[in-house]
Amino acid sequence: MRSLVPSFELRTPPSLATALELIAREPGEWRAFAGGTDLMVLLEAGKLAHRRYLNIWNLAELRGISATDGEISVGALATYTDIRRDATLQREFPLLCRAAEETGGIATQNRGTLGGNIANASPAADSPPALLVYDAELELISAGGTRRVPYSAFHSGYKKMNLRADELIARIILPRGRAGWKSYYRKVGTRRAQAISKVCMAAALKLVDGEITDVRIALGSVAPSVIRATATENALRGKRLDSTAIAAARVSLASEIAPIDDMRSSARYRSRVAQNLLEEYLQSADRA
Amino acid sequence: MARASTPVPEKVAVRCRVNGRDATLRDFPMTRLLDVLREQLNLTGIKEGCGEGECGACSIEMNGRVVNSCLVPVLQAEGVVIRTIEGVASGEQLHCVQEAFIAHGGAQCGICTPGMILAAVALLANNARPTEGEIRMALAGNLCRCTGYTKIFESVLHAFSGAEARE
Repeated sequence: MRSLVPSFELRTPPSLATALELIAREPGEWRAFAGGTDLMVLLEAGKLAHRRYLNIWNLAELRGISATDGEISVGALATYTDIRRDATLQREFPLLCRAAEETGGIATQNRGTLGGNIANASPAADSPPALLVYDAELELISAGGTRRVPYSAFHSGYKKMNLRADELIARIILPRGRAGWKSYYRKVGTRRAQAISKVCMAAALKLVDGEITDVRIALGSVAPSVIRATATENALRGKRLDSTAIAAARVSLASEIAPIDDMRSSARYRSRVAQNLLEEYLQSADRA
Repeated sequence: MARASTPVPEKVAVRCRVNGRDATLRDFPMTRLLDVLREQLNLTGIKEGCGEGECGACSIEMNGRVVNSCLVPVLQAEGVVIRTIEGVASGEQLHCVQEAFIAHGGAQCGICTPGMILAAVALLANNARPTEGEIRMALAGNLCRCTGYTKIFESVLHAFSGAEARE
């Protein structure tokens, strides 16, 4: 049943500085509200637990996609549509654009934000596997300044985040220099659009004369948070990309993920599909 | 510092432009734009389907981008240019997508139709000659329980060919 709408507060701060002052003065009292594609669903279901929200949607400092020599900085309020249409991201970070394309439908992509996808902290989120593959960092901002954390260290468990009550996610930083890596993104769900994934995998590897010199593998919907499969990466790094390596990688992946049975899928199905995705990827990387 | 009690928010005035006219909406800040537009401006072409952003029946345009109005709190309409299905035709002259839906049987019960048309109009704005695949992608967030989609895709393809607009 829908929540009682008048009991929720939503306030538009005049500036980012004002927003940061407010959350510093009353820590834990306010939560950020951006495109609403997750929070309004909870409101409708009567499951929106928190009462007071700051409408950050129009804060210009948290928008925009900019580039320097070394990195791309994506504002936390960049929508999936903004990401899909960005020429630099398309060229250098195709997995993030693929994730944006496969999130919801167009209307969701026009409102949903990358920062929101991270802060919602769903283990089934579509863009975090891509962010893990790209070694993304988060720039967190508070009245006291900014700090950077590797995205791989941001989620510490189911819906748990390394984010203080007086901080907002300001920007997502993508280090450049992945040219020539062979990359892969596949989301398995009941349909391409509008479906929450059963399993999602993003990966990239660098192949030099048939040998895997470096590799990243990340998955959604197979653990309490989106994870990097570091043991499987280690099993592949330095190996020749052949059937022996692929078989070993499958075994390793099965042992390091922890999928569950839920309404969308079963643990057994998820484990099998995750291994199949990995094999599909490694075989295609070998052929290409 | 935690407060002893959270004050109950009051209704706010939200100024925006809807289908070419200035409008002032008054409601609690978290009230769904869907409800406010239907009840205060009588724009009942906006339909409620799922109420959770899955079906696209409540689609509207905000600043030129299609969104699900069930997922937009009215406070975020401040200063925004809104277009609903009621603002797609120019006076008595239907949009070519609307003409095509009539000519090719793209509408049955009508609940999904406003959202389908808005999604197709948005596609047309960026892509004058979409393929059937591109049409399917653009309309993937709009669910229809009557037509089986074939007539809808045919309608949109014909609208883009321009034939209906000239007839």
